[in-house]
Amino acid sequence: MPQNEYIEQHIKQHGRRLDHEERKRKREAREGHRISKDAQNLTGWRGKQFAKKRYSEKVAMKKKIKAHQESKVNGPSTPKQDEGEALPTYLLDRQTNNTAKAISSSIKQKRLEKADKFSVPLPKVRGISEEEMFKVIKTGKSKTKSWKRMITKHTFVGEGFTRRPVKMERIIRPSALRQKKANVTHPELKVTVFLPILGVKKNPQSPMYTQLGVLTKGTIIEVNVSELGLVTAGGKVVWGKYAQITNEPDRDGCVNAVLLV
Amino acid sequence: MATVIPPPSKRQKKEAQKIQEVDLIPADLPNVLIKFQASDTGESIGGSIRVPGGITEKQLEELLNQLHGESDEPVPYTFALLNKSSADEKDADAKLIDIRDNIYTSILKPGIKTTEDFLTLVYTPRAVFKVKAITRSNAAIAGHGSTILCCQFAPNDSSRMCSGAGDSTARVWDCNTQTPLYTLSGHSNWVLCVAYSPCGTMIATGSMDNSVRLWEADTGKPMGKALTGHSKWVSSLTWEPLHLVKSGQKPRLASSSKDSTIKVWDTTSRVCLLTMSGHTNAVSCVKWSGSNIIYSASHDKSIKAWDISAQGKCIQTLKSHAHWVNHLALSTDYVLRRGGFDHTSSRTSTRSVNMDDLRAKALEQYEKVAKINGVISERLVTASDDFTMYFWEPLKSSKPVCRMTGHQKLVNHVSFSPDGRYVVSSSFDNSIKVWDGLKGVFVGTLRGHVAPVYQTAWSADNRLLVSCSKDTTLKVWDIRTRKLSVDLPGHADEVYAVDWSMDGKRVASGGKDKMIRLWSH
Repeated sequence: MPQNEYIEQHIKQHGRRLDHEERKRKREAREGHRISKDAQNLTGWRGKQFAKKRYSEKVAMKKKIKAHQESKVNGPSTPKQDEGEALPTYLLDRQTNNTAKAISSSIKQKRLEKADKFSVPLPKVRGISEEEMFKVIKTGKSKTKSWKRMITKHTFVGEGFTRRPVKMERIIRPSALRQKKANVTHPELKVTVFLPILGVKKNPQSPMYTQLGVLTKGTIIEVNVSELGLVTAGGKVVWGKYAQITNEPDRDGCVNAVLLV
Repeated sequence: MATVIPPPSKRQKKEAQKIQEVDLIPADLPNVLIKFQASDTGESIGGSIRVPGGITEKQLEELLNQLHGESDEPVPYTFALLNKSSADEKDADAKLIDIRDNIYTSILKPGIKTTEDFLTLVYTPRAVFKVKAITRSNAAIAGHGSTILCCQFAPNDSSRMCSGAGDSTARVWDCNTQTPLYTLSGHSNWVLCVAYSPCGTMIATGSMDNSVRLWEADTGKPMGKALTGHSKWVSSLTWEPLHLVKSGQKPRLASSSKDSTIKVWDTTSRVCLLTMSGHTNAVSCVKWSGSNIIYSASHDKSIKAWDISAQGKCIQTLKSHAHWVNHLALSTDYVLRRGGFDHTSSRTSTRSVNMDDLRAKALEQYEKVAKINGVISERLVTASDDFTMYFWEPLKSSKPVCRMTGHQKLVNHVSFSPDGRYVVSSSFDNSIKVWDGLKGVFVGTLRGHVAPVYQTAWSADNRLLVSCSKDTTLKVWDIRTRKLSVDLPGHADEVYAVDWSMDGKRVASGGKDKMIRLWSH
């Protein structure tokens, strides 16, 4: 027996007090009175908590009563509403991993609805000045030259990138600020998956930043969704999808993005 | 500016440089001795014949038709070499090697036999008609409010198709005009299975609400109330084969359920005749064979055979599988399903046909497919979650004939070709495998799907196969070459059900995108 269960231990050794059962019964009998008192008197945060709990209990009770009433009648009178989760007999007893499928079907649903193709979750972004983006690096023997810049934001550099010789390298992308993966959220399903970045498609600040692969808030990136197992209408596996960055990676140290569907 | 074709890749260049093999038959090829043997009866015809070593399939066909005396109305045949490992007459493990083009390239050149050997050629008549591969989607018909779970064509009329869906209704469609015909509403939950009776007059639907309902196929009207009795959902339905139905009666219906029982229903008085409860877990599939035995596959890893002529006594329990049995197929499935109708009866009204004639025709067709060497032998293949299949001859023994291994994930569906010569199995490992329908020997793999394959359907002439998959496509396969014939994208989501009409003119499919699609040549 664990050390801290001394009450249970005591009960085992000595039993309960003689009027325990009666006290319990009486307390339970007064439970309604206590709740009523609480409902009338509690104020503030505790009042809110109490009301919330009370509400959910009532909803559950009403549902239960309704279910009981329905079971008494001979079968449900109206056909069951189906929310698109019907399965053929051969899939009924299987635990299917439905997340990826749900993503794919909701994407298709979205396309059917002909939603605006070019709208993105973050339409406007804060402008970033060149002073904020770049740090001037003094070079030369007496540190008089200042043609070298270092990017202060997080960047994505592609696979197999090699830096240019020091003499030529005008813009440095620090390796400590490089990102390879992003936390991508599916907006409808609220599922977040850690996916590899394939490339930077558009940085709204400037085309140059796009070229440099700077990751700032609002940047459109392409992510590798092959592990989600989506397929196109033609039956091919979907590989890359676009996502928009929702946080400022240089503040958080990670990239969060939302999938564009 | 004109489009410039990209230069050939390195691989293409290398391929082009390789010395290409030319299939030339040498001029000095000596003659060979052959013997023709029928695949169904085992009788040989014409004795031993001396033919040139380079004789083609076409010429063999002509020769055989002349021997049969049918040169004015020739029957197409396929030929296969009976390759015995010993000289023994009753060699059990004799293999059949298909003759593709001519004897030289399929037998002599690979060194299977020499020109000195005596060749026994087994011939099988091919279907006299030809089904064209479907190539396009005729129509996408909306109507169902939810996922389509099953669909089946009527045996007597290729324009009638019935589909069951998650919106608690089954619908009958007119495929000629591509319009909905009747809505069969009455169930209170998903319609999991539909089955046309082999006479084409009735439709049975099994549902998630534990009931089975019967409908008139011509009018779409319900035939009385639901058949209740199962305590869990109905997993599969099967009709009594037409040739077993007594004169003046309607075929009976068998239903299997998740509650591990099988029930046989009288469709006239609409009562439960027999309840077979021997399984200890959900019954996944049930089939009524032509010898009046019901076979049932269950999640309790066993297959049971119930003799209906002996009041549903369990006569056999086939145990070999190591996991759930998902599906089973009989070599006579197709012929039993189509009753007395055939590929020509694409527009037959059930009122105009005489039931006794139909029954006689059904028996004749059944015997043609079921008889091998003059004896009725129904073969059974069962697919399981243990990634394997077993090949049984339940009329002979309760031990499996062979174990069919090769799939890397569970096998979901198996089906025999209409003539029983091939078995195809579709699996969740994205592949379809083709097996020999007489021995259960592996023949080939059909790859192309990028997601689990759910179901397959045969064309009536045994040449083509259509498969539906989670990857939203249908694919048509040529069984002879074992290659993809046509790829049919079109559905927007998983395809759950597919069926090929009896006359081979169209294919229907349905799935998660709530659309019925009709495909044709």
